Amino acid sequence: MCAQTAVDRKAEVWTRLQTVTDPELDEPVTDLEFVTRADVDADNCVHIEFRLPTYWCAANFSFLMADDMRNAVKKLPWVADVSVVLGEHMYADKINAGLAQGLSFQETFGAEADGDLDELRRTFLLKAFQRRQAALLAHLIEAGHDAARLVEMTLDELVDLEVDDAGARLQTRYLERRPVVADAVATSRAFVDADGEPLQAETLSTYVRALRRVDINAEFNSALCRGLLHARFDTETPLSTKAGQRVAPP
Amino acid sequence: MYRTANGEEIFVIDGHTHFWDGSPANQKNIHGKQFIECFYAYHANLSPPSEKWTLEKFEKYDAKTMHDDLFVHGYDDMAILQPTYLGDFYKNGFNTTERNYTMKKSHPDRFILNSAFDPRDGDKGLEALHANCEKYHVKGVKLYTAEWKGESKGYKLSDKDSYKFLEAAQKYGIKNIHVHKGPTIIPLNKDAFDVGDIDDVATSFQDLNFIVEHCGLPRLDDFCWIATQETNVYGGLAVALPFIHTRPGYFGHVMSELLFWIGPDKLLYGSDYGIWTPKWLIDKFMAFEIPEEETKETGSVLTLETKKKILGLNAARLYGIDIEAQKKKIKEAGGYAHLAGSVHAPE
Repeated sequence: MCAQTAVDRKAEVWTRLQTVTDPELDEPVTDLEFVTRADVDADNCVHIEFRLPTYWCAANFSFLMADDMRNAVKKLPWVADVSVVLGEHMYADKINAGLAQGLSFQETFGAEADGDLDELRRTFLLKAFQRRQAALLAHLIEAGHDAARLVEMTLDELVDLEVDDAGARLQTRYLERRPVVADAVATSRAFVDADGEPLQAETLSTYVRALRRVDINAEFNSALCRGLLHARFDTETPLSTKAGQRVAPP
Repeated sequence: MYRTANGEEIFVIDGHTHFWDGSPANQKNIHGKQFIECFYAYHANLSPPSEKWTLEKFEKYDAKTMHDDLFVHGYDDMAILQPTYLGDFYKNGFNTTERNYTMKKSHPDRFILNSAFDPRDGDKGLEALHANCEKYHVKGVKLYTAEWKGESKGYKLSDKDSYKFLEAAQKYGIKNIHVHKGPTIIPLNKDAFDVGDIDDVATSFQDLNFIVEHCGLPRLDDFCWIATQETNVYGGLAVALPFIHTRPGYFGHVMSELLFWIGPDKLLYGSDYGIWTPKWLIDKFMAFEIPEEETKETGSVLTLETKKKILGLNAARLYGIDIEAQKKKIKEAGGYAHLAGSVHAPE
């Protein structure tokens, strides 16, 4: 493999990792600076290492993120194998052994675990949907869009809606999670509730207000997690392995 | 005691303090080391730089340091000592009722001593609870539903065994059940921090008060819902309060929601000492106003009246403290000598 290919492949891995979020924070694990290493070896095996804000971070979330990272990177056609290793965590050994053997969370922890990861994943995708929807709706209402119009709007109309830069970012983020709750074809309603039901114009502002409490939780977690990670590790120094920064020669 | 510019005296009861020993000498294993370091990260991350301690001081502070931080440099008049056993991580426990009692014994008018129980301890636990209630006359307990014990990774207050303990606690004169529902310590699954079980026991035990520490953050939405349904559910502000420095806008948002949903009579100030210290927390709290955009939405305002309730009046009601009588006792013991004519600020 030539040096350029290695660099490109590494960048591809980082791009894939960018799609993996911390389920509670709804932010990419890369932006959160959880991932400390993503290397591609001569046999096209990818080696990922990550760490979390505390030694105690919930094992199910830790496992879920590792699993998501592995699945995201596996989608690259040239990848032969992926290893994901968690560092400095109460369950690092157990989680790493489970990951290495391709076990599920339940198989890794046996009787200690209850509830499966798919359900957990679904719960937090739903929260992410609500949070992103509340942010976008609040933005659109603030920008003067009429409630009656918003609740009737179809997905393709939302895609075509003229918005400012901040709105465009919120729009993209919302559209990513919109399929979580209901069918999302061009003619589907753009805004539906968590059960896929249409929203009402008269109660739209109350609805958005209620959703903002989900946001409070996420903001609490996000502020705390970033701060704790920073207090625990040096997060000021850029990681030499990060794409777009100093890329180590293969 | 906090004195406003108008000469008004605000009596402060700190709902959440600890006298712990997390020093290397007391650490039983790596978990003990990681536990205190995690607490230290909370401290280092959310404190203003000038209030930051060294890890060494944080691991183990002496009784005088604690007394002075709370009552001399800080504005606390009284403080509730909440135990945290963690016997699996620390040789002599982290912050036991016995250790906290040494503070209470030296300063009986300043401290309210709480105990703890764990429904998974069975009959032995019931006996220990009885003995603690007899010996220390405690009116409150602190519970960690997410604490690990052997194979168990937590329990719910709605479990059959929990009912047995709550019934016994009530019989022994306990009024206040403080439940840690907040940021995770070691849950394998997050459910041990779910606040749903509070709803159940608050209905079944109408004569007990349930103080949800840390307001169930990061599950504030669930907590607000439950607290509006139940008249005997309160919210402890420890951990939420220090955000007043690092993220005041966010703190305003949280307060606005809490006041809107559960109101000023059911929130309790707590420093979580030694994670944070009362002086800077209260200085900032007294100067704080909920941002206008929040008030516009919820109508919530942090008036002086509301601040007084949160800082002391609510806790005094829960613990049966006669504020005037208590002030007199503290004054006669020389506890206000450092105040002289000082004025601390707003209004």
